Parts: sequence; C-alpha cells; structure tokens
Amino acid sequence: MYTQLVEAPEGGIGEARSAEQAIFDDKIDRSITIEPSDWMPDAYRKTLLRQISQHAHSEIVGMLPEGNWISRAPSLERKLILMAKVQDEAGHGLYLYSAAETLGTPRDEMTEALLSGRAKYSSIFNYPTLTWADVGTIGWLVDGAAIINQIPLTRCSYGPYARALVRVCKEESFHQRQGFDIVSTLAHGSPEQHAMAQDALNRWWWPSVMMFGPPDSESQHNETSMRWKIKLFSNDDLRQKFVDQTVPQAEALGLTIPDPDLRYDESTGHYAFGTPDWQEFYDVVKGNGPCNRDRLRARREAYDDGAWVRDAALAHAEKRAARATSDAA
Amino acid sequence: MSVPPDIEVDAALFEFALRLGDSALVLGQRISAWTGHAPVVEEDLALTNVALDLVGQARLWLTLAGDVEGAGRDEDRLAYYRDASEYRNVLLVERPNGNFADTIVRQFLFDTWHFYLLQRLGSSNDERVAGIAQKSVREVAYHVRRSGDWVVRLGDGTDLSRTRVQAALDELWPYTGELFAPDDIDRAVAGRGIGCDLAALREPWLRHVDGILADATLARPKDGWMHSGGKSGRHTEQLGYLLAEMQSVRRSIPGDRW
Ligand SMILES: [Fe+2]
Ligand SMILES: [Fe+2]
Repeated sequence: MYTQLVEAPEGGIGEARSAEQAIFDDKIDRSITIEPSDWMPDAYRKTLLRQISQHAHSEIVGMLPEGNWISRAPSLERKLILMAKVQDEAGHGLYLYSAAETLGTPRDEMTEALLSGRAKYSSIFNYPTLTWADVGTIGWLVDGAAIINQIPLTRCSYGPYARALVRVCKEESFHQRQGFDIVSTLAHGSPEQHAMAQDALNRWWWPSVMMFGPPDSESQHNETSMRWKIKLFSNDDLRQKFVDQTVPQAEALGLTIPDPDLRYDESTGHYAFGTPDWQEFYDVVKGNGPCNRDRLRARREAYDDGAWVRDAALAHAEKRAARATSDAA
Repeated sequence: MSVPPDIEVDAALFEFALRLGDSALVLGQRISAWTGHAPVVEEDLALTNVALDLVGQARLWLTLAGDVEGAGRDEDRLAYYRDASEYRNVLLVERPNGNFADTIVRQFLFDTWHFYLLQRLGSSNDERVAGIAQKSVREVAYHVRRSGDWVVRLGDGTDLSRTRVQAALDELWPYTGELFAPDDIDRAVAGRGIGCDLAALREPWLRHVDGILADATLARPKDGWMHSGGKSGRHTEQLGYLLAEMQSVRRSIPGDRW
C-alpha cells in the first residue's frame, strides 16, 4: 500500500507528494483516524491545536457564567445539579487540554495563550447571566448547540479529539435535559417565573444562533477543515439543524422565539429565520462583548491568586522526592 | 450520661439534625464559591466534589429534621426560609473562604471532627440517624484525607505557604472549641443513644490533627478563649450575607416549583 501511494502523487503543478503526505491523505480519505504518533502536515497540526485548545478554553471560561448562580440556586437539588454541571465543564476542559497536548503543546502554554488574550474561546460566554432562568436557558440552548456542533466531531479525523468528544457529548446531553427541565418548570410556573423564562430566551436566542459561527459565505477556514474532516458540516447547516430542533421545543413550553421572520417553510421542511446581528458577533469576538474583560479577569485572578499554591505543591513534591532518594541511599 | 428531663426527644432530634444539616450546607455553600476560581482546574473538580457531598448530606439531615418536626417543612423550606438566627451550624463553617490556606484549614478542622462524629453516629440507636451517618462517613473519609494532604503540602511547601497556613490555623483555632462543647440538646440526644458524647471526640480529633500538623511542620495554637453560639443561633456577622445570597431567588420570586 505504501509504495502504491508513492507511485500515485497528487497531480497539479508537478509537485510530488511526500510519502508521509500520501499516507496521511489516504487515511483521511478512508476515514482512518490520525493518531498522535502519525505524521501529519504542519497546517493540520496547527489548525487542530487551535480548534481543540479553543474548545478547552471555552469549557473553562464557560464555568463562570453559570458558576455565578451556584450560590443562588433556588432549591438544594438544583444547586447540586448545577454544581455537578459546572464541574463537568471543568472535566471537559481537562480532557480537551489532554487531547490538545498530544499535538505537542503543553497545557501551560495553552493556558498562557488564554490568559494573555491571544487565544479565543466561544463568544457565547461573554454574555451575562442575569437571572436564574439564564441557567436553564444556557443548558437548553447553549449546551444544545454544543451537542449539535460536537456530535459530528466524534467522527473527526483526529483520534484523541474524537474520543474526548464521545465523553463530552454524553455529559452535554445531560446538561441540555437539565437546562430544559429548569426552563420548563419556570415556563409552567407562576407568571413571574414564566416572564423570567421568556426574558432569558429573548436575550440568549440570537447569541445561541450565532454560536455556529459566521455564515458560510464569510467563513474562511471551512473548506480545508472539511477536507481534513475536522469539520464535517458547514456553519449554516448546523445552524439550521439547531433552529429546526429548538423551535418546536419553545412552542411546547409556551415561549416565543424573538424572531419576527421565523416561519415553517412547507416546501423545504425547515424553519426559515431572520438574520442575526453579525456586527454584534464580530464585536464580541474582537473583545467588545458585555463580559469579555470580566471573564478574562476572573480567570487571570484565579491563576495569579493560585500561583503560591501551585508553587507550594511543587516544592512539597520536590522535598518528598529528595527525602525518598536520601532514604533509599 | 443523664438525660435532661425537660427536653422532649423529637424536639432534641429536630435541633440536632438541623445542626448537622446546617453545618454541612453552610460549608458546602462556602466552598462551592471556589468553583471556577480554584488554583488549578483539578482543584475546581476536587473542591466541587466536596461541596456536592456536603450539600447532599445537608439535604438528608434537613429532610430528617422536617420529618421529625412534623410541621410540613421540607429540606427547601428549612434551607431557604430560615434567617440567620434560626440557623444552627457551628461558627467555624461560616468563616469566610479567605485565601486557599484559610479554606483548607477550615475544611481540615471541620472534616476531622465531622469524620469522628459520623463514625459514632453510625451506631446511633435511631435508624434514620445511623443511616445518614453511615452513608456520609464514607464521603467524609475522603474529605479528611484530602484536606489533611493539603495542610501538609502547604505547611511543608514554601516559606510563603507555610506562613499562610500557620496564620489560618491561628485564626481558626478559637472556633474549634464549640465542636466539643455539648449543651442540653447534645446531652439529650446522647443520653438517649441517638447522638454521642461530643467532648469525647476531642481526643481522637486532636491525635489526628497533631499528626498532620507534625507532617506539615506547623505549630498547634494554644487553647485559649473559644468562640461559641452557632448551635443556638448566635452567629458571626458573616452568616447573614451568606444566607441573603443563597435565599435571594427563592424568596424574591413567587413560585411553588423550581
Ligand atoms: Fe462542556
Ligand atoms: Fe455542558
């Protein structure tokens, strides 16, 4: 198989593929996963590292908006469920940092990129959580959107990422159900509770729709990523799936989606919907969302305030190791 | 031990269950504030685990308290609709999180006491108390190990960490007296074989604490004047803020189900 591939270089401007490149391409074509020890093109490694580390950062920063409400959860059971959820997100961050580390970049370096503001994370977490209903709405919409985004990626070409996502997706679907349950309880509760649920939907709808990224017509990295199978569906396809899934759920809850253009299109079998405010999207990506600075500040403070603790743990481990060596000697 | 004759058994058990439930709840509430802000992500996970255990235990104790009282108050009625003066937690757990050393020392002093207490309550002659204690003690066995490990790491870590953990210990030590000082309620439940002799917990507690402090190269503070009052509802200034935040949604928005 190896020689056969070498004999069949990619056509074009007469530039022969390297043997490694040919093997890589063949694996991609035949949907055989790429593993850390396999050769891979630099651009593939870089793109993946960016994608996985951004995903990990999103899990970590994503702890903050909902973490805000742990202290105020309105029942002890809800408090437990929310703590467990935010804890799961920390776990997702860890699996994903581990997956990203297999590409050769240590976690510290990724953390540094996040804290310095060089690395991005999902813009959705730069919106504020203003009421308890936001906690339910985030579970319902944001975890719901994450699932739609990530389920296909459990079949992506990079083995460690695909495997991490299998675990992540299982937990995200719990989060989504729990979030929906909160919203449903509020929507069917007192008029005040219902109004709170509607208000949260009004604020979170469009940011959730924008979670899938810019429209396909403006998306730069799509084509290569799709060829590499680290992106399997286009932004607009995923977005449509999200809208189609969510609209009937909102109707069942008696809540109104804040989009006057939303209607079911018999001819396509899909919901047609309005255009999000893409200017807002780009503003938030560039750092000008309601909470960008607060989120990063919170992460930096946790990191800086924790430095002496990490130093102590390291110093203690070194002392122990030294004592063990001198005992053994 | 003599049973104070004027305290009816259910009234004593109600108070006793509140004390255990409130202490677990208030400490769980305190440490859950670290979620998302811990020194390393692994600690976000670990601290949250402890908070989950404690709030879970609080639910069991408060449910028992409500059942014993028989006035229709469930765990949430008790957690969300009592003011600070009606809370029965020990003062130690309401002390602020402070820095990581303050949090760890508070946890370690409490966990060690909590462990020995639950171990004894596991053989309570009230099956409900014994059941909750047996379930909880398995969780708390892990808490004690974890907080003790951190005390050692911080004590025998860097000069800075040693200074901080010693300061935390000196600051919090005067809140440990209350843990071992029985009042009439404690005597009423102990005398009936439902509770246990709190004063007798001090010896094994001190032995474990001394062992860890020795490994941590820390000095045990001198026993002097001790704070008390939590168990009878006289709290520090801190508890009111904690409850105001915890109860805000539940109390401010009308709703039967959440
Ligand atoms: Fe997640
Ligand atoms: Fe999630």
